[in-house]
Amino acid sequence: MKPFKKRRRGGTTATFEAAEAHLLASLTSQVVELLRDRNAAGESDPDPLAVQLGLGGPAEPPEDPVLRRLLPDAYRAESFRGADEDAADFRRLTERSLTSLKVQNAETLLASLITGGLTPGLPTEDDPQVEVELDAAEVQAWLKALTDVRLSLAVRLGIETDEDAQLVAHSDDEATAAMAEIYDWLGYVQESLVVSLD
Amino acid sequence: MEIEQPDVDDVVQLEDPWVTIVWNDPVNLMSYVAYVFRNYFGYTEEKAHELMMAVHTDGRAIVSSGSREQMERHVQAMHEYGLWATLDRSDAA
Repeated sequence: MKPFKKRRRGGTTATFEAAEAHLLASLTSQVVELLRDRNAAGESDPDPLAVQLGLGGPAEPPEDPVLRRLLPDAYRAESFRGADEDAADFRRLTERSLTSLKVQNAETLLASLITGGLTPGLPTEDDPQVEVELDAAEVQAWLKALTDVRLSLAVRLGIETDEDAQLVAHSDDEATAAMAEIYDWLGYVQESLVVSLD
Repeated sequence: MEIEQPDVDDVVQLEDPWVTIVWNDPVNLMSYVAYVFRNYFGYTEEKAHELMMAVHTDGRAIVSSGSREQMERHVQAMHEYGLWATLDRSDAA
């Protein structure tokens, strides 16, 4: 990957190897699927207007640990009396729109990979490099979507402390070590995007 | 005769403001957290860096205070950025 840089005439660009672009697209699509399933679960809501407005979502946090991290409680139950009810109310009113925003951000990322030359389907050796060029709004979507992908990988890797991140990188388990390498690479991609914005 | 009722929301805003807390997590990059504080809250580079370091070393930092509605908006925005944030009563925080 050639890291992100700002073009003088506007826009922020980076070049991905085809395999990298495929990997990023696949991980991002998994997050989209997870988020879509969460929002689809409540579509039998008796109040269609509430559903349309993004209200009337679930009051309970998701059971899936990845979704729980992507859609956290806004109030901490132990903080004050009634905070758990406030968390449930807030989630009911806002979770659907947060989920939709996250899906939109991820879809923006996927769209710019495709615009940049990502060929859908399984990667082949002849696939060209993927050059993305992002405007200001797309940069915001990428920052947020990359974060969501990194958060979801971190949950799967069991990274809960700074030390955990070091541990998984040196794991004896090959699958874990491979996933940790991808997680590190995504950190590099995001760092390069953040630094390019200064 | 109509008796004017004090606006409860205003009283709450003055005497019992709410705060937005961002919690440390091992995933979000320091550069990204500082960027979010700068870009979303409009803080200077120096203040954004200070708050980011507070999150990193103290485990949490109060990044904003004000009305409950404002803080709910901020928390929602932080969640979209993927930061772990909660709102709280300032006297409980």
